[in-house]
Amino acid sequence: MSAVLPRHTLPPVIAPGETNASISAKIGDATLRRPTGWLWIGGFLLSLVACALLFVGTCWLLYAGLGIFGLNIPVAWSFFIANYVWWIAIGMGGTFISAAMLLTRQGWRNSINRFAEAMTVFAVSVSGIFPILHLGRPWFFYWLFPYPDVMNVWPQWRSSLEWDFWAILAYLIVSIIYWYVGMLPDLATLRDRARSLAQARFYGLLSLGWRGEARHWMRLEQFNLVTAGLAVTLVFSVHSMVALDFSEGLVPGWHETIFPPFFIAGALFSGFAMVLVLGIPLRTWFGFEAYLTERHIMNMAKMMLAAGLFVDYSYFSEIFTAFYSMDKYDVAMTMHRVVGPYAWVFWGTILFNVAAIQLLWFPRVRRSAAAVFVIALGVLVGMWLERFMLIVTSLYKDFLPSAWGMFWPTFWDIAFLIGSIGLFFFMFLLFTRLLPMLSMFELRKLVASRRGEEAQQ
Amino acid sequence: MSAHLHGLLAEFADERRLLDAVRRTREAGYFASCVEAYSPYPVAGLDKALGARHHWVPFWMLVGAIGGGAFTYWLEWWSATVNYPINVGGRPLFSWPAFIPPAVEMTILWAVLFGAAAVLFGARLPRVHHPLFESREFERATSDRFFLLVRGEDPSFDPVVTQTFLKNLSPVLVVEVAEE
Repeated sequence: MSAVLPRHTLPPVIAPGETNASISAKIGDATLRRPTGWLWIGGFLLSLVACALLFVGTCWLLYAGLGIFGLNIPVAWSFFIANYVWWIAIGMGGTFISAAMLLTRQGWRNSINRFAEAMTVFAVSVSGIFPILHLGRPWFFYWLFPYPDVMNVWPQWRSSLEWDFWAILAYLIVSIIYWYVGMLPDLATLRDRARSLAQARFYGLLSLGWRGEARHWMRLEQFNLVTAGLAVTLVFSVHSMVALDFSEGLVPGWHETIFPPFFIAGALFSGFAMVLVLGIPLRTWFGFEAYLTERHIMNMAKMMLAAGLFVDYSYFSEIFTAFYSMDKYDVAMTMHRVVGPYAWVFWGTILFNVAAIQLLWFPRVRRSAAAVFVIALGVLVGMWLERFMLIVTSLYKDFLPSAWGMFWPTFWDIAFLIGSIGLFFFMFLLFTRLLPMLSMFELRKLVASRRGEEAQQ
Repeated sequence: MSAHLHGLLAEFADERRLLDAVRRTREAGYFASCVEAYSPYPVAGLDKALGARHHWVPFWMLVGAIGGGAFTYWLEWWSATVNYPINVGGRPLFSWPAFIPPAVEMTILWAVLFGAAAVLFGARLPRVHHPLFESREFERATSDRFFLLVRGEDPSFDPVVTQTFLKNLSPVLVVEVAEE
């Protein structure tokens, strides 16, 4: 096969000629000295408008209650839960790239882990809004927490919804700490390269006085390694619990043992897609081509394809199991999905998550940043549709035909989805102006290890 | 005079020279606790060359993990069976498998919290100011230069002798760092 290129023609993981000084200069100055461009200001204003929509929506929700959405019996879960699962899943990809690939010593991950972790922190923050606001009386959300209260009641520990609370709580805090502690050396670089006193103070406080002493490095590296191991466990456990929210229900289409691994594959799939959707523009706009090379796009595309194939297998397995079991409710649910009134959601999912990603088998497609970007964007859309499909088409026609009903989104359903995207980009755009976007010290380490390999040869 | 000096700082152009200098400084009899090496990224073997002591980060992470997990599991057991036993559809009060997920999450969370605290306190951080920050040269320690510091506290430290010694280790330059 002529399409398979010999290994030595692969693009490098980091452009040749990069040094410790050039890494500090390019990545540090992208944060410290680069003037704010019109594109950034435009994007920021747009995200602010969407955030305002989210804010107004939240106020209206608190005042009027859940009736402002298209929810009713039988479809009592819809956009909010789809948004929640979609966002927390996107977060998983960032942790997985950072942690699992640190453990497996994938050096090329050193240029993506920082913004992937930032993506995780922001996506998990956004996702946490939805289950809380969906409570009906969100101001009592702290009842999920076990504290000695005057009512003398405790949380229901046997419920997967309670597990979910612990999972999100742990995941949010762990991802913030992992991101921040790993960023200390780079914040110190910004402190030392600061031009103004304000900058020096800002990064001086954030970097907590990091100096890069050998013993400090030793502790930091050990911490990163152990945390990476725990974070991989966390990714799998958190998203399994998200899946168990459904599996514990008895509705056809939810009550399946495949859900935890199926959801984890979906989480990694959409997470890798989001890393590509964020990374490809970052690479062009901030001139990071030396660090985010073609190789990164190719590798990420391969990982997205691999996760996608697992998701596709799960789709197949779900349909196969429905017919193989000959359970009439399962069969009916599957047929409602494929040809029912929400069939376009099912076929949209198939188009984006099954058909489109097959293009990634071709090395020429993987080498094209534009093509990979479009496919990744499609995957994000497809994964949202998939969550909508799993939630709504399982609920709208369950056991009794007399209890069937449709779900129609209202303006506010859509407003919260747009608002959550706005909030995510609001945080991510601030990140691109205020914090080091790529991990400078890990890139220096990568350069040093390359030098070491060359010296040995 | 040595009472006013925090130490002498030698700057090196690459990690190989720093490693070499650290080894020779230690061989010259300076105490491990008074020799510090700074680099813009973790340099393999530097801690061994310094004779750095064992650190306790993984130990504290284990303490956090066991403590956080055990406490959560105990809380679930106590609240569900002792403090407020309630029969939910005939399920056992102590539903031990269902109590595992929150305990697992708290195991991980507390391991990481303890680990982060161990990293910071072990490195005596947060610390907003440090004598080294007065040195203009040291700004490149987080970018592209490698530094060796011999503290004035070392019994064998002598401003003149140590300076001559450091200058023989092929540094870019040697500067004095004043005590705060």
